[in-house]
Amino acid sequence: MTTQRILIALTLAASLGAAGAARAAEGTPVPPAQKWSFAGPFGKFDQGQLQRGFKIYKEVCASCHSMSLVSFRNLAEAGGPGFSEAQAAAVAAEYKIKDLDDKGEAIERNGRPADAFPAPFANDRAAAAANGGVAPPDFSTLAKARTYERGFPWFVIDIFTQYQEQGPDYISALLQGYKEPPKDFVLPAGGNYNEYFPGHVIAMPPPLSDGQVTYDDGAPQTLAQYAKDVTSFMMWAAEPHLVARKRLGFQVMIFLIVLSGLLYFTKKKVWSAVH
Amino acid sequence: MHGNSTYQPQSKIGQWFEKRLPIGGLIHSSFVAYPTPRNLNYWWTFGGILSFMLGVQIITGIVLAMHYTPHVDLAFKSVETIMRDVNYGWLLRYLHSNGASMFFIAVYIHIYRGMYYGSYKEPREVLWILGVIIYLLMMATGFLGYTLPWGQMSFWGATVITNFFSAIPGVGETVVTWLWGGFAVGNPTLNRFYSLHYLLPFVIAGVVILHVWALHVSGQNNPTGIEPKSDRDTVPFTPYATSKDGFAMVAFCILFAWFVFYLPNYLGHADNFIVANPAVTPAHIVPEWYYLPFYAILRAVPDKLLGVLAMFGSIAILAFLPWLDTSKVKSARYRPLYKQFFWLFFAVCIGLGWLGAKPAEGIYVVLSRILTIYYFAHFIVVLPLLGIFEKTRPLPNSISESVLGSKA
Repeated sequence: MTTQRILIALTLAASLGAAGAARAAEGTPVPPAQKWSFAGPFGKFDQGQLQRGFKIYKEVCASCHSMSLVSFRNLAEAGGPGFSEAQAAAVAAEYKIKDLDDKGEAIERNGRPADAFPAPFANDRAAAAANGGVAPPDFSTLAKARTYERGFPWFVIDIFTQYQEQGPDYISALLQGYKEPPKDFVLPAGGNYNEYFPGHVIAMPPPLSDGQVTYDDGAPQTLAQYAKDVTSFMMWAAEPHLVARKRLGFQVMIFLIVLSGLLYFTKKKVWSAVH
Repeated sequence: MHGNSTYQPQSKIGQWFEKRLPIGGLIHSSFVAYPTPRNLNYWWTFGGILSFMLGVQIITGIVLAMHYTPHVDLAFKSVETIMRDVNYGWLLRYLHSNGASMFFIAVYIHIYRGMYYGSYKEPREVLWILGVIIYLLMMATGFLGYTLPWGQMSFWGATVITNFFSAIPGVGETVVTWLWGGFAVGNPTLNRFYSLHYLLPFVIAGVVILHVWALHVSGQNNPTGIEPKSDRDTVPFTPYATSKDGFAMVAFCILFAWFVFYLPNYLGHADNFIVANPAVTPAHIVPEWYYLPFYAILRAVPDKLLGVLAMFGSIAILAFLPWLDTSKVKSARYRPLYKQFFWLFFAVCIGLGWLGAKPAEGIYVVLSRILTIYYFAHFIVVLPLLGIFEKTRPLPNSISESVLGSKA
């Protein structure tokens, strides 16, 4: 047993050291962990926050980023920003959708709730050409498609704390991570220096700044608040059934714990005869 | 499946049917009257848990297949449609993707339990080898399934793994082109992977039947590693094993549900939420966690062909375990040295798993090489020699003596 313990201790020590070394070499700070309303077993999206985030998406992000897997009708679905069906239809009507008429002629019509958000560019190549060679990523799954290295022992602790918000923490940090590059840093043309972006050179110019988007609910019009709001909105877009999932999860947990308790005592009773 | 059944149906219809097809007797002798050692601990409940997980995967998989589209332009979107628009589609998909991981957690516990208690030894060699075959089939199925969502890690994982076969001298490239159905991983690859991903679970189910059959011929091993000698050493499967397995299965479901509902993407990769793009290679291509130790072995060897051979060899060597372990004593309980080496081997596998997730550079490569050498040495050097030199502890006379003490 003692050899075993020493071995485990050695393995842990070695891995801790290696993880630390790897992070220092990359020179990227760890995104600060934010408090998200949707974190944890009882997490829920904050409707007001999603609505503010949607406003930022619509007024700022959507000029470059598509969100092709999300439809207008989703805005009115349970667990989301809480728009009424009429409001979602009104949002849809603000957009022009390419379609064919009865004669097969190409037309542009007003959006309907069932339509997906139209992309800002005709296709990926056009998007890339207009943005320095790389198409801006689609927003639909982006909050789940971004992460940062947790390293040991955090990836073990995360199982117990249910930390699943690497994506939002990273995106929120990135939006606030634009800085003057260090003196010896050579910034390529068309690049922007961002503390949190791997390699520090990001094509996207700083998208948000204090006071840029007008809120009508009195929330502070600061970069920090914008970053948080639009990131929450992106998380909803990536995982629209998150609230339903966590709610059902709690019910399933209670059921399983009660059932396993009953089965444990059944097993004890059955086995009492032979022990 | 165990000897002649004494099962007698009560009803007239039952008796009529039993004369023509004695399936009631088969079920009765296999899952009711079947004698199980009375001293089985909870590590023995994972066989039942694995059967349950296979069922979960097949049922959720069949429903997912009703909504999935195996086409490079549509696959990613169809999976997202399942997540967004299919009723409880998110639940089905998270059950299936996390179910695969739970299946592997259970199978690893099941395999380590077999190793610790010497369950592979005479007369259970065939039972063990069938288990190794199931494990191999599971690895293939898991890999094929991970390709289907057609995200970045799906695509690049498939590219890396299929490229293993290019290491075959002479015909490697031809074989890989044949596997892909083209000159790169593409639509034909996705189609055949989908077809095979649907087929293999039923092959697994078939081999599981053989595995259970072999189990019911030789009977279960137990923590003492000595065979039951009298009726006092065993209890009937029902109600004893069924009640214990039932409890363990539901307890395991708590872990399963924890991941499905609260950490559904913890065991996956963020990159797989980006649609596959042959023009952009992810920074680190990492396989699913359950392949990581083998991935570390692959990368530890500097030569491609030898690396692939070492990787497949590390699994194939398991099939020879019954003959590599020369000790006559089965259970590690009575093998003080083997017990130490077992835990050392376990730590080495965890270490390899951790290294498999790290980039192949610097200290990680050195550590991978050391642990890979030890992995093989465990089978080729340690186990054969231990059987010769180890002084084992005295075995109890019977299972009932070990449970109830000598008063029994």
